[in-house]
Amino acid sequence: MEEVKEQTPSLPRLGQAAPPFEAVTTQGPLKLDDYKGSWLILFSHPADFTPVCTTEFIAFAEIYPELQKRGVELLGLSVDSVSSHIAWARNVEEKTKVKIPFPIIADLSKEVSTAYGMVHPGQSKTETVRCVFIIDDKQVIRTILYYPLTTGRNMDEILRIIDALQTSDANGVATPANWRPGDKVVVPPPNTQEMAEERLKEGYECVDWYLCRKKL
Amino acid sequence: MACISPDGKPTASGGKMLVALKAGPCSAEEVAKASGLPVFRVRSGLRELAQAGLTNAKGDKYELSPEGQELANSL
Repeated sequence: MEEVKEQTPSLPRLGQAAPPFEAVTTQGPLKLDDYKGSWLILFSHPADFTPVCTTEFIAFAEIYPELQKRGVELLGLSVDSVSSHIAWARNVEEKTKVKIPFPIIADLSKEVSTAYGMVHPGQSKTETVRCVFIIDDKQVIRTILYYPLTTGRNMDEILRIIDALQTSDANGVATPANWRPGDKVVVPPPNTQEMAEERLKEGYECVDWYLCRKKL
Repeated sequence: MACISPDGKPTASGGKMLVALKAGPCSAEEVAKASGLPVFRVRSGLRELAQAGLTNAKGDKYELSPEGQELANSL
């Protein structure tokens, strides 16, 4: 008897190309390709007209100018309809005076949320959890964050990750724990004994050959 | 439709793209610069305007069709 196996779509991984999509949004139909050349934060929320999501949308709208300075666009998503998204965004603006300036995907078919693994049945079988996919200007996934339904996201951390990724790309360095722009960065560890010996003579601030910091 | 209203008239963003194209064939990036709209909106909008017969794609550039030219001149 043939065994029936449940098909589980493979989830996106860091360093892989972001799954392409074409979606209906509050700013018209959009494709992932439309964002080529820009960084993109694709994020999901469980549902419109819910309290934590509303605080998050206000917070995302507030950091949007800072994101734009860094060449980053925002794209929201839930499995609600475009009409629901429009009504919610208008309500948020009416009640809080905060305009939602970025598009929101209406993923009623769950095509995008399935491709990105945004529905976690252990949390909810119908709603998307709070996902954040940071996609770079070459459309490669650089960071994935998952938050549970009960916990709103931290915008400082999202901005910090963008700064860290862009600093690493521009300078060929890594960033240490709790790094903030302006802090010293970590020099990539040497791959050979010769490089390790030379490393200690280069004037970096070194704990030892494998952990050296420098000012940019 | 984000650029064309159900009554067939261009929306504010659609109108900005049509006006930007009056200067001649432009890439999405050039239309974005001239219109002040984000590039992702322009790429999506130019596809929509082409589907409505108001622009024609020529390689990486878009230009107004005769109908698009007429509409752009009226804005």
